[in-house]
Amino acid sequence: MTADRHWLPAPPADFSARLAAIEALPEAQAWDALTALSRTRLDPARTSRLDRVLQRRFRDREAHNLALLGSSTLSHLAAGIRVGALRRDVRLTVFEGPYGRYREAIDGEALRAVRPDTLLLALDAADLLGPNDPAGPEAGDIGEALDRLKQVWAGARALHRCALIQQTLLPTALPLLGGNEHRMPGSLAARTTRFNAALRDAAAAEGVDLLALDDAVSRHGLEAWHDPALWLRARQAVTPAAGPLYGDLVARLVGARLGRSAKALVLDLDDTLWGGTIGEDGLSGIVVGQGSALGESFLALQAYARDLSRRGIVLAICSKNDPETARLPFAEHPDMLLRLPDFGAFAANWDDKATNLRRIAQELGLGLDALVFVDDNPFERALVRENLPMVAVPEVPEEPALVARCLSDAGYFEAATLTDEDRFRAQAYARRIGTGGLAATGPAGADLARTLAGLGMRLSWRSFDAVGLPRIVQLVNKTNQFNLTTRRLREAEAAALIDDPDTLTLQLRLTDRLGDNGVIAVVIGRLAERDLDVELAIETWLMSCRVLGRRVEEGTLAVLAAQAARRGARRLVGLYRPSGRNGMVADLYPRLGFTTDGEGEGEERWVLDLAAYTPPGDLPMVVEAG
Amino acid sequence: MTEEAALAALAPLFEEVFGEPVPLTPDLTAEDVEGWDSTRMIELIIAVEARFRLKLTTREVDGLATVGDFAALVARKATR
Repeated sequence: MTADRHWLPAPPADFSARLAAIEALPEAQAWDALTALSRTRLDPARTSRLDRVLQRRFRDREAHNLALLGSSTLSHLAAGIRVGALRRDVRLTVFEGPYGRYREAIDGEALRAVRPDTLLLALDAADLLGPNDPAGPEAGDIGEALDRLKQVWAGARALHRCALIQQTLLPTALPLLGGNEHRMPGSLAARTTRFNAALRDAAAAEGVDLLALDDAVSRHGLEAWHDPALWLRARQAVTPAAGPLYGDLVARLVGARLGRSAKALVLDLDDTLWGGTIGEDGLSGIVVGQGSALGESFLALQAYARDLSRRGIVLAICSKNDPETARLPFAEHPDMLLRLPDFGAFAANWDDKATNLRRIAQELGLGLDALVFVDDNPFERALVRENLPMVAVPEVPEEPALVARCLSDAGYFEAATLTDEDRFRAQAYARRIGTGGLAATGPAGADLARTLAGLGMRLSWRSFDAVGLPRIVQLVNKTNQFNLTTRRLREAEAAALIDDPDTLTLQLRLTDRLGDNGVIAVVIGRLAERDLDVELAIETWLMSCRVLGRRVEEGTLAVLAAQAARRGARRLVGLYRPSGRNGMVADLYPRLGFTTDGEGEGEERWVLDLAAYTPPGDLPMVVEAG
Repeated sequence: MTEEAALAALAPLFEEVFGEPVPLTPDLTAEDVEGWDSTRMIELIIAVEARFRLKLTTREVDGLATVGDFAALVARKATR
């Protein structure tokens, strides 16, 4: 067993030539070409080579700053982390602290100057818990060690106001008793296990994300992660052979907080969700369900997909099939677990899969980079990778029983927390399909107005509050498309806004007769004096794409205008900052009646005179404080 | 495997790790090659272990002074 990233396709045969060619490419193409190579199965040496080109070409680009501090040698892990971030289209720099002296580094000037966005603490069992002590006392020291670690967290937070990732202890200590090691309280192996268990609760309570290396060890085996010879040679607790996977695990956590985790799972049908070809074999000929190992293998993937959808991943179908035939098993096969209402989009036709994936993304209101596409057919996988490199296409094994594990290993859907919105998202998408796919393909003109009016929409707003913070922070950090400035916020920063007298904050919830959509939009405005008038600059305005096409943005502006005026503002200043992903709101401000006020550095300014503004009289929703 | 064959077989692994061809001679040392630090050395060992399906011991790695030593070690341990 190795820490091989089997879900990634093999690197191209001409890897070296492609890497060399990148040196001469213009910046944007160079980035895309590097990203494409990072999405292949690079060994440690190639990961380092890719990283060297990445560092040379993109040294000065704005980046997410990660500080890597710990008690062992870590410098060999930086390349894998940077390449893992690149795989998620994130430019990340790694600040490496001095060897072993993480406590001093946290307080040091060097780290302050870096202004880290994320601090990763990679500590070793012996450092935190002390050496093996077979004759040692009862289990008192776990709590003490945890308290010491919490102090480190608190100190880091206070100084740097950054997100924290804590690596769980790598279980390298050798057992002295064996299976009943826990009966020897002083054993380092037993204390490592107990500490890792206690760390879960502590980290959850403190809002610290865990890099669960102990789970990774139970998945890949200790020898894939730790080489005692290299530990003694170079104090490398994580063997360089595992560097690329380590980097991917770190990048998953960083990416999840930046909204780069995938949001939808798109599935092929024939020989992916069931065995055989529905168009040829018919309803009675396909293999799915209890009674045969093969049938249960396909069911296992269905069960995993259903469980993912229950925690907020949207499901979709992309299949070359007759549309009616493709739906038949979902409607009529008694053993199928997944049913039509489980899907947010269903594309079964004879068009190529790249075209269909584009449609699916549009229909779901998601970017293509939010999709994971599972297909048993290597040709279809290659075609999609070629045409839509931003779609994640795992190299699924031929054995259907292993497909769900492949998806799980790949970590596409990494999430730091689970909110109520996540739990009900899949249902919300499915409802939308039931109402005719409002956002993408809703009826035009008068029909649309009638449909919207009949929805009984209620847009209720309130300022930021403690209860709403998790969802607010999640929306702020994961919304890419309907997002005017793409400013991200840490939870502590969002919390600080609650009592900030110079800001106006809004969280907006949309309910309709089909149900509660939850909090779907967030606005943050800053009051400032300019030319003797007070104005409100809209620093953040974003909305979930789930409610696109329902005039929620107009309702939001009505709230914002009224609240800004109440706070003494004479005008609103809208900022638009192109991110490469938010083209859909490039014309939002002119559409809402703002006039241009010039361009700043990488952003446009738009102004709305509040005295001249009246909310639209035909808004198809009740707008209320609540 | 002869030492000459091992030296020839090491060349593509050096190229893989350093990203460019390294002219290998038996008396070449790490000081002679730009960028050959401890990290590159560990990458080389990982590459050799994977390519020849063998495991080098701490004692063996410590005993390597030149590329010729490396080739001799590979020639002795490699089965294919």
